[in-house]
Amino acid sequence: MAQRVTIKDNWGEQRLFEGRIYFTAVIAAILAVALIGRLSYLQIVRFDYYTELSQGNHVRIEPLPAARGVIYDRNGAVLAENRPAYQLELIREQVGGEKALRATLDQLVRLKLLDGEEIPDLLRTIRSRREFDTVPLRLRLSDEEIARFALRRFEFRGVDIRTRLARYYPNGELAVHALGYVAAIAEQDLQRIDRAAYAGTSLIGKLGVEAAYEGPLHGQNGAREMLVNAQGRSVDNLSKLVPQLRTTVPRPGTNLVLSIDLEVQKVAEQAILNQRGAIVAIDPRNGDVIALASRPGFDPNFFGRGLTRAEFAALNNNIDRPLFNRALRGTYPPGSTIKPVVALAALSNGVMVPEDSRFCRGYYTLPGSSHRFRDWKPKGHGSVDMVHAIAQSCDVYFYGVAAALGPDRLAETLGKFGLGSITGIDISGEKSGLLPSPAWKRTAFKRAELKTWFPGETVIFGIGQGFLLATPLQMAHLAGVVANRGTSFAPRLVTALRDPVTQKLTPVAPKPLPSVTAEAAQWQTIIDGMFAVTHGGTASRSAAGAEYSIAGKTGTAQVFGIAQGEKYNEKDIGERLRDHAWFIAFAPVEEPRIAIAVLVENGRTGSGTAAPLARLVMDAYLMRKFPPPPGAVVVAAAAAPAAPAATGDE
Amino acid sequence: MAGDFGLRTFGSLGWRTRMLSKLRLDGPLVVGLALIALYGQIVLYSASGESLRRVLDGSARILLGGIAMITVAQIKPSLLRRSAPWLFALGIVLLIIVDAIGYVGKGAQRWLDLGFVRFQPSEIMKLAVPMTAAWYLHERRLPPGVITTAGVLGIVLLPAGLTILQPDLGTGLLIIIGGGLVLILAGLQVRIMLLAAVLAGAGAWVGWEFLHDYQRNRVLMFLNPELDPLGAGYHSIQSAIAIGSGGVFGRGWLHGSQGQLDFLPERSTDFIYAVVGEEFGMVGAVILLLLYLFVLGRALYLALQTQNTFARLLSGSIALTFIVYVFINMGMVSGLMPVVGVPLPLFSYGGTSAVTLLTGFGILMSLYSHRKLVA
Repeated sequence: MAQRVTIKDNWGEQRLFEGRIYFTAVIAAILAVALIGRLSYLQIVRFDYYTELSQGNHVRIEPLPAARGVIYDRNGAVLAENRPAYQLELIREQVGGEKALRATLDQLVRLKLLDGEEIPDLLRTIRSRREFDTVPLRLRLSDEEIARFALRRFEFRGVDIRTRLARYYPNGELAVHALGYVAAIAEQDLQRIDRAAYAGTSLIGKLGVEAAYEGPLHGQNGAREMLVNAQGRSVDNLSKLVPQLRTTVPRPGTNLVLSIDLEVQKVAEQAILNQRGAIVAIDPRNGDVIALASRPGFDPNFFGRGLTRAEFAALNNNIDRPLFNRALRGTYPPGSTIKPVVALAALSNGVMVPEDSRFCRGYYTLPGSSHRFRDWKPKGHGSVDMVHAIAQSCDVYFYGVAAALGPDRLAETLGKFGLGSITGIDISGEKSGLLPSPAWKRTAFKRAELKTWFPGETVIFGIGQGFLLATPLQMAHLAGVVANRGTSFAPRLVTALRDPVTQKLTPVAPKPLPSVTAEAAQWQTIIDGMFAVTHGGTASRSAAGAEYSIAGKTGTAQVFGIAQGEKYNEKDIGERLRDHAWFIAFAPVEEPRIAIAVLVENGRTGSGTAAPLARLVMDAYLMRKFPPPPGAVVVAAAAAPAAPAATGDE
Repeated sequence: MAGDFGLRTFGSLGWRTRMLSKLRLDGPLVVGLALIALYGQIVLYSASGESLRRVLDGSARILLGGIAMITVAQIKPSLLRRSAPWLFALGIVLLIIVDAIGYVGKGAQRWLDLGFVRFQPSEIMKLAVPMTAAWYLHERRLPPGVITTAGVLGIVLLPAGLTILQPDLGTGLLIIIGGGLVLILAGLQVRIMLLAAVLAGAGAWVGWEFLHDYQRNRVLMFLNPELDPLGAGYHSIQSAIAIGSGGVFGRGWLHGSQGQLDFLPERSTDFIYAVVGEEFGMVGAVILLLLYLFVLGRALYLALQTQNTFARLLSGSIALTFIVYVFINMGMVSGLMPVVGVPLPLFSYGGTSAVTLLTGFGILMSLYSHRKLVA
């Protein structure tokens, strides 16, 4: 070239330049190979790994909760089902900015759809969620609230009512202590469930059948794969990106058929509507629980809706303890109701024969003691044999029987009838009560003077007083075993599972328990005694006019002891210190189909208070005869004084 | 000479080659660039969420670049050489203005808004620096001595420093690379290159102290992207997922979930190569790489044909800078390099880079086509 050729070696420069070009070209080739190597690593070697990550990025799994199994009574009446519940929901991005959000919430407060005090909490919840998330503002709106919102719906943007399936108990408080209820899954529930299986489930069985059969009732949740973008928003309209989005259909929970007879249950609950007590009726032939009533009760629908702290406190602190399941967990001295079993113990141990008579003067004394164990009838029953002793509930007679038998043989026989141990009913929470014995006393107490079993304790053991405690369920079971003449089944509530898809019914086999063995004549004697109770005995009035034969036994459980020489005067003591009233029975005597135990707390007398209630239930079950419906609807448990119209006797 | 390769081998296409030679364009290079740009617009349609407006906008920029390329190709090399220092001076002034505005406005400033058009003065420098360096070396003895080398370094580091101050570390480094390539092509001795590498290492250590936090984070997350998957490393991880899940044949055009569902950040600009990898797989990614290599090869071939120092150094630098951009971008998108904001030439959407690049190729074609055909 033209300029300053003298100092520039153009040819040399050209060679140098070419060398550098080739050098850089080689480097470029090396880099290209490195890049292709990297692509091979990412796209061939790690292809599966990155495909999975990509999938995880854009596919979100939305659980589809399974419908909980429906619970039916023995006749197909629905006890628990799923109903659409209407909930008020808000989507923030549709509402608008902060000002619009506050205005919307204020407007809802003005419409009385929200409580003004909830606003700060709601705002916190709304802000913690993504702006396109649906935030529930209120669960379970009433029809009236829905109507109120519907009228003003046009004023709201981003607020709407959505339907969800919620647990619904159409009969309210009826059978709540058998059914249990569902409520929000709590911390302690999470420890015993498979969290993955419960993704999308918000409620879980807490008590009764709902808890015991949680597994089959829950079913299997499904899942829907959703396409989401980087912000987490669902973008189903772009589903061409992932053509194989999967949906697994939820499998609804298994339906349960209970042994409960709703009509009979209704009668049982009406019978003790405004009292504290329990009625348990069992079919002795298989252990089916016909009715399981414990009053007062509560409406299980409240729990699914979500109780406020105050509402729960009101239930929990109610003096009548509506949450307390008296049928399973209430333990009471069984009193005279155990006399037929005491008699059987005497017979089977050869201590007495039925014809043995004793003379009742109105009190009993142990040899070498002046302490008078009094009969409930101060003048005494005169000379009574075993059948009459049961029929008249003669205490003196059974004081003697117990003294002759001794505590160990007495406890052994009572234990065979299920006292002192749980009956094994298919719901949990049952109490075993207390079956005392000298051996038990030695281990139960620390102080030496309390470890000794006194002869006097044996005497009162014979009439079901002292340490002996039993639940109404145990007493109904005991009545059933007597009715069956020894054959025993564990009480049960669930008799069959119904497949929600195929509707196939799978019966649950009754669970037999060890039989109580005694001679037929011995069974006959005590059953005769119980028959006599309703025919000339303590419960005659209650059985009058029955179109079937009833065998029963009244009982009275002392709430507190009466000092020697003092007279029991019910006017002087508070209502809650009065005796508890018991009645156990079975019918028809020839071919028993129902065994029942009735307990009325502070009901005073078994014959006056408890026995008529048992008759109502048995009439309903055996004759389909129902008492006229009460005028008032079931209202929450308010303590109303029991008004038994009976003369004190027994 | 074999210099007529581009013009004469396609005899059957006589009228086209005649037209190309009249326009002083190189056929294979134009075809290579056009294929890349076309491929780029197809991918951009997908990466922009099927936005035709963006594709039109992107195509307009390519077209603008094409016009610039044809225009520049007509300019005589001697005029290019003489105007180099003036262009450099103009660029320095504009960079100082941008820095001053950024300083006053207390924020990053890269753009200069002239009312009718906004552009980045640093883009001018991408061309002005190698031009000026080549101009400077044109009259000096090669291989360059210490003083000459220092002069070139001054030409390179002043605008680079001003650009890094904006702050725009990526473009600053690219300016250094463009100027550095001129030095290397000029025959810079290997031992000086090694010394420079050591100095660069030390400079990096010192520079670290002056980096902005976000720039430091970019380097740190390159070293370990999984440290903070939702923070600084997010780009790298999502990009690797996009490429990796593409496999050999890709998930299909418009069917890449990483890109379509916004998981891949900056998918139509700096990270568009990840969209290529996801939707067209390794096949599509390698084809694009081969297209770039073809353009490089052709450009280097043209550079070898030029006949004076200025033309050789400038054309070689333009060709190599182009491929450096490609490797930096692909390296960063595939996780071989830290994330620096370097777009993929003729592929990434936006900015003035397409115009700058094609102007560069216009210069290259001018240098080639104006050579004297006397052997």
